Amino acid sequence: MMNNLNFVYPEIFISISIMFLLILGVFKKNSSNLIYNLSIITLIGTLVLTFNYPINTDNILFNESYKIDYLSTFMKILVFIGGIFTLIVSFKYLKIFKILQIEYSILILTSILGMMVMISSNDLIVFYIGLELQSLSLYVLASFNRDQIKSSEAGLKYFVLSALSSGLLLYGCSLIYGFSGTTNFDLISDSFDKVEYGLTFGLVFILVGLAFKISAVPFHMWAPDVYEGSPTSVTLFFAIVPKLAALTVFIRFLYVPFINMIEQWQMIIIFLSIASMVFGAIAAIGQTNLKRLVAYSSIGHMGYALAGLSTGTNQGIQSSIIYISIYLVMNLGLFSCLFMLKRNDKYYENIEDLSGLSKNHPLLSLSFLIVLFSLAGIPPLAGFFAKFYIFKIVIEQSMYFLAIVGLLATVISAFYYLRIIKIIYFDKEKEKYDLDYNIGLKISLVLSTLLVAFYFIAPSKLLEIISNIVII
Amino acid sequence: MNFPILTSIILLPSLGALFLLFLKNDFSNDYKSSKYISIFVTFLNFLISLYIWYLFDTSNPDFQFVEEREWLKGFVNYKIGIDGISILFILLTTFITPLCIISVINTTKERLKEFLIAILIMESLMIGAFCSLDLVIFYLFFEGGLIPMFLIIGIWGGARRVYSAFKFFLFTLFGSILMLVAIISIYWLNGTTDIVKLYELSIDSKYQNLLWLAFFSSFAVKTPMWPVHTWLPDAHVEAPTAGSVLLAAILLKMAGYGFIRFSIGLFPVASDFFTPLIYILSLIAIIYTSLVALMQEDMKKLIAYSSVAHMGFVTLGIFTNTTHGLEGSIIQMISHGLVSAALFFCVGVVYDRVHSRIISTYGGLVSMMPKYAVLFMIFTLAAVGLPGTSGFVGEFLILLGTFHDNFLVATIASIGIILAAAYMLWLYKRVIFGKLVNKELLKIKDLKNFELIILIFLAIPTLLFGFYPEPLFNTIESSIKSLLEMYNYNLSLNINN
Repeated sequence: MMNNLNFVYPEIFISISIMFLLILGVFKKNSSNLIYNLSIITLIGTLVLTFNYPINTDNILFNESYKIDYLSTFMKILVFIGGIFTLIVSFKYLKIFKILQIEYSILILTSILGMMVMISSNDLIVFYIGLELQSLSLYVLASFNRDQIKSSEAGLKYFVLSALSSGLLLYGCSLIYGFSGTTNFDLISDSFDKVEYGLTFGLVFILVGLAFKISAVPFHMWAPDVYEGSPTSVTLFFAIVPKLAALTVFIRFLYVPFINMIEQWQMIIIFLSIASMVFGAIAAIGQTNLKRLVAYSSIGHMGYALAGLSTGTNQGIQSSIIYISIYLVMNLGLFSCLFMLKRNDKYYENIEDLSGLSKNHPLLSLSFLIVLFSLAGIPPLAGFFAKFYIFKIVIEQSMYFLAIVGLLATVISAFYYLRIIKIIYFDKEKEKYDLDYNIGLKISLVLSTLLVAFYFIAPSKLLEIISNIVII
Repeated sequence: MNFPILTSIILLPSLGALFLLFLKNDFSNDYKSSKYISIFVTFLNFLISLYIWYLFDTSNPDFQFVEEREWLKGFVNYKIGIDGISILFILLTTFITPLCIISVINTTKERLKEFLIAILIMESLMIGAFCSLDLVIFYLFFEGGLIPMFLIIGIWGGARRVYSAFKFFLFTLFGSILMLVAIISIYWLNGTTDIVKLYELSIDSKYQNLLWLAFFSSFAVKTPMWPVHTWLPDAHVEAPTAGSVLLAAILLKMAGYGFIRFSIGLFPVASDFFTPLIYILSLIAIIYTSLVALMQEDMKKLIAYSSVAHMGFVTLGIFTNTTHGLEGSIIQMISHGLVSAALFFCVGVVYDRVHSRIISTYGGLVSMMPKYAVLFMIFTLAAVGLPGTSGFVGEFLILLGTFHDNFLVATIASIGIILAAAYMLWLYKRVIFGKLVNKELLKIKDLKNFELIILIFLAIPTLLFGFYPEPLFNTIESSIKSLLEMYNYNLSLNINN
């Protein structure tokens, strides 16, 4: 037992920190700034602790229900990075909207704890506990700006729909338990020799629940409204961090217990992938609100990540993980740009507000340009490589239809990214925006832009790290 | 040679651009120095590429100055090198770019620094595309060029610039996407995307047709061939002068170069199979767009359509797969690079003064602008393909190669030359000669110094290579010979099977 605890120091550390911060927040008046800073430190501490493991070996803990391996460590690190940057870029935003309360940072920490549990779960029940912990925190975060109707609506909508999908997911878990007699991922795969319909049903229900979490079409309906209504800082969190966790569960769930049923789920994933890519690309064209547009674009991007998953190979998983890592950096850059669109304590989030930005803010526009072209997947920016790895593996598996549809969706989606660039660069300028960026925002924007722009210099670094992730 | 000279000419303009980025964008000393830096960088690049040409061993048909470095581990290597064909295109690029920059810094008032950055990055990408010896690297450079060109058309273009920029971007992106699928498929079929290795391996003839079509979709859009040429007149008309020049002189050549390097080199069986298709499309391009050019009222549009017709000759020549045809195509591309650049500059000269591209605005310019009239004459005649200009050498050789292959096709193509004479001379007549009706033209001034420099610099090689094309032939001869040997060898292998 003690031996097991050695491996979960990060989880223990973050849990204790959460409780400590909560107590501190209750007893010390006006401590929201302090708690915000301490939360960032907690996340950095957790990140350091995570690095502390011999990650070359798989460790299966707590009656084989919890797994620390290369995949979980890597994804946790991404989650922490996403969490840290979400916190540091949004300080001013939270101040201005007066939502920098103690609960905000603590809720982010709890949802990250939930995601850590999800990422490491090797058992349906553990996975479900993690999922609910992160979802409950996210419901509250979505409606955090409670004086605004839109934010409350976002929270409520997300809660109702997410609860429904959790119900489906739980139903799927119970079906699987009923037909295989176990909830452990490794044991499930041993428990059947031939395809059983009960298990297939369970699988489908769980896939629906997971597809909801990563907002894949046709389970995407919540995403645009929630993205638009939530405070922008929470939207950033939504856009990157929970997707990392859900994608990891996707990988673990499909590739460990159900790899033998690949014929059953491959079609579903391909459908989800194609539908997301095409729908994300087309629906984004008509949007006028940047946050809504990001919602549709992230739906499309999830489609590409799923395309890598659908191949049923290790390289496929790796390409998906590369995709989502690069996606994280690009979205961080995009949102950092959004946080800079502030004038007299008011944030602007319509596409029209970007009009002629390049005249007054050349460097900010350049970052926008680089990030947007990268999101569109134009070489030599990082976004191209992300797509390139995906299509490389998809074509290897002779899934030409998926590849061609995906690439055509790229062309369609290029249109709406170009439209934003057009507005930034070709249209008439408006008033200047404020220039009082805080340091965290600057760092995050510069870092992410440089990473995206100069990824091509050493593209195999990330590949080398990720090629250690071997599931099957 | 150990010094990575090719990488340095690729990187040099980008470094210049990076340097410009940190200069202040106002009318201070920084603003002036951005002009000097960009001219200095591009001119230096031209000198280096001349030096490479000097070092280049023309008797050796292999790739030279090859640099190889691990890039995407176990998959793609960063491999660049040049042969006789690519060195000419690199020279063309490094020669045209400084001229563009001279024109830009004297005419552009708005956001000059950004324009210079875009041109410099563009130059890097174009040189990169011509040197790359790996399909993925080529794709990277080929596609990357879309970004600066999109901005050049969109920011500094004319009235309908947004529409044109989008059309340009989406058309070319759509074409290239299929090429990407083909490149990845080639990797899975042959285990490499290295062009030199692929030349030796030769791709399975079962797949060649599909792969050829995928590459064709990209190059046909970029060439542009009929019926996907419609983006070109729009893009040209709305682009600023320097944008049009870059587009016509160099970007279009990437496609012609791609046809030679990839379609002929990698898929000989498919190239042979699809030759009739190319012939038909090229003939339509030559005849149809020439007729369309005749009817244009906008000078830039006319020259844009003439570009399509000239590129029709190029594709025709490439797919004759004869020495004459291929040599002719390359010389025609170089010549068209010089001549169309010059013609767009000529249009730019009067546009800057009168702000109209409509032909009927002009007339009788000869009495006001004699120097302009002389230089315009030279380029008009070169575009027509008069003996003594570089245009003649290319077109003559292409027709020679085509007659060798197919008499009927060559006869029809010859009509195109007559049509070219018709629309170009008619354009010249309407703009330069005739009565000076428009009162505004009375105030018009003759060429300024920088315009004179640009046009004379372009006229020198046009005439030089018209009378003495020997240096060009020497450079490409052995490369083309080995390319054709390989082509015929692969073809005979397939027939024996």
